Amino acid sequence: MRLEASDLACVRGGREVFAGLRFAVAGGEALMVTGRNGAGKSSLLRMIAGLVRVAAGRLALTGGADDLPLAEQAHYLGHQDALKPSLTVEENLDFWARYLGTGDGAPAALAAVGLDTVAKLPAGYLSAGQRRRLSIARLVAIKRPIWLLDEPASALDRAAQDRLAELMRGHLAGGGLIVAAAHGPIGLEGARELQLGATG
Amino acid sequence: MNPLAALFMRDLKLAGRVGGGAGIGVLFFLIVIVLTPFAIGPDLALLARIGPAILWLGALLASLLTLDRLIAADAEDGSLDLILTGQTPLELAVATKALAHWLSTGLPLVIATPLFALLMNLDSQASLAVALTLLAGTPALTFIGLLGAALSVTLRRGGLLLTVLVLPLTVPVLIFGVSASNAAIVGPLPFGTPFTILCALTLVSFVVGTFAAAAALRHGIE
Repeated sequence: MRLEASDLACVRGGREVFAGLRFAVAGGEALMVTGRNGAGKSSLLRMIAGLVRVAAGRLALTGGADDLPLAEQAHYLGHQDALKPSLTVEENLDFWARYLGTGDGAPAALAAVGLDTVAKLPAGYLSAGQRRRLSIARLVAIKRPIWLLDEPASALDRAAQDRLAELMRGHLAGGGLIVAAAHGPIGLEGARELQLGATG
Repeated sequence: MNPLAALFMRDLKLAGRVGGGAGIGVLFFLIVIVLTPFAIGPDLALLARIGPAILWLGALLASLLTLDRLIAADAEDGSLDLILTGQTPLELAVATKALAHWLSTGLPLVIATPLFALLMNLDSQASLAVALTLLAGTPALTFIGLLGAALSVTLRRGGLLLTVLVLPLTVPVLIFGVSASNAAIVGPLPFGTPFTILCALTLVSFVVGTFAAAAALRHGIE
């Protein structure tokens, strides 16, 4: 499996965010997207997830499931948690597990991020870090080969960051690929770095 | 359980929980109906004559009240992004959301109508006629509103625009809804004629609203 971009350009609100971007990530590899604020890190991830239009260039996945579009093989973990405060932790995860997949992995995923003790609590009572962990549980509950992570470690405590790094390594070892945007290290040593907006 | 059933159940659950807004529409409807006799005065014959029209207007405004949460709530918390990356066709997803929305906000209006009709001095046969036309017509309001909700989401902060956008489109539904009610109560038109047109409007809005809303959301991807 290989995700390849050539001469990729992004235009938002009439302004060019980046252009002429090229990179390639293969299964088992991770790509760290870095760059100053506004350089287009989030836009790039949203573009791969099909949420921002490709203004120019090409974005192609080879070797994945041929009958599915790129967006449907990718997990997008954005700034927003997509959680409903009035539903319980369990109900939130269960819904996404059923909507995006088959719904089997939800209880195990909740345990994997250490939220099984608060499963019956409405998500509105969770702290920022716990909400983040609940979003990460989604990645575990539904198997998709591509993980698009936007600042995945934000609001996470040290233990949860280690757990996330462990989950990411597990995903890479299973042949998955990760594209992550972050300012600091998130536990992906040896990942290649793609710097956006360096030359302006 | 398949993805659409999951989405349907989630939306129903959300509507039922605190802050879901399922009861707000009925309360607003009640307030409109209660205020009317105060504004018009205790003229029972006049109230009975304009009753169906007031009930329809009240239901129309009440169903507009909750529409802005139909898609905006999911757009604000990022759920819409994930719905877009799902394998379910967007048309089916928005149709499911609209159906759940109608069940939780439109159907209660229909059920409350015979009760509220008492306040407008309508007899039992007349109030049943109005309830029947609302049962056939309120889904049309929801699906026309679905289109408006999708458009206003892509414009960001379009909540107020939604009302202005949707109300003119509901005029045909209002005309045939009220004339079917009046046909059943005073005649001389047979009830079936305007009622079948009302049903046709609902079916058309189901198709147009669903596809147009999905197209608007897809177009909203910048």
